[in-house]
Amino acid sequence: MIEITKSPIDTVKLLEQVQSSEAGATVLFVGATRRVTEGRETVRLHYEAYETMATAELQRLEQAARRRWPLEQCAISHRLGTVPVGEASVAIAVSSAHRDAAFEAGRWLIDTLKQSVPIWKQEQWADGSSEWVHPTPSPGKK
Amino acid sequence: MKVIVKLFAGARELAGAEEVSVELTAGATVGQLREQLIANYAQLRPLVGHAMFAIGAVYCDDSVEVSEQAEIACIPPVSGG
Repeated sequence: MIEITKSPIDTVKLLEQVQSSEAGATVLFVGATRRVTEGRETVRLHYEAYETMATAELQRLEQAARRRWPLEQCAISHRLGTVPVGEASVAIAVSSAHRDAAFEAGRWLIDTLKQSVPIWKQEQWADGSSEWVHPTPSPGKK
Repeated sequence: MKVIVKLFAGARELAGAEEVSVELTAGATVGQLREQLIANYAQLRPLVGHAMFAIGAVYCDDSVEVSEQAEIACIPPVSGG
């Protein structure tokens, strides 16, 4: 289940969507707006997407995860527009019979989403300035 | 031929437009589109050098031929999540 939304993400709903009587394990990852990045204070993030392609890429990721791990259910929600500090910008819920598959698939989904899905964040700093985040292709922390 | 290229995030802001039109010779590749985009909009060089391109909402590499009808997008390095 893929969702791109301008509304706050409902993580309870996401967990309900991956509920399965065959699942002994459910993993929920929530990514949120962090207040401090490398010493600078963030007020909010603003997210923009190439929406048709972002939806297609997220569906492709879900299908790839389902091929690679024995998942029961998988749900991904990404928020667009303004996301204040402390609120979720992305949530991924995965359920499987045993926990290894759910943990591994959840980790792979968020890592791959960050590398390949056409969504961008703009930092809006406490000093009033803002900048689009376009990571250079060298490895490093994000 | 003339193609329309969608721009996003920092690339959109640097160009001051959500899409730009680029004149290419027939049969031009994505790599040639990348070069022409930088030639027309020098301010895009730092982002477009690292950008991916998508044709019909599917990523493609620089050797792919650009088609006039398909939706073409320049995807600067992404930062979702």
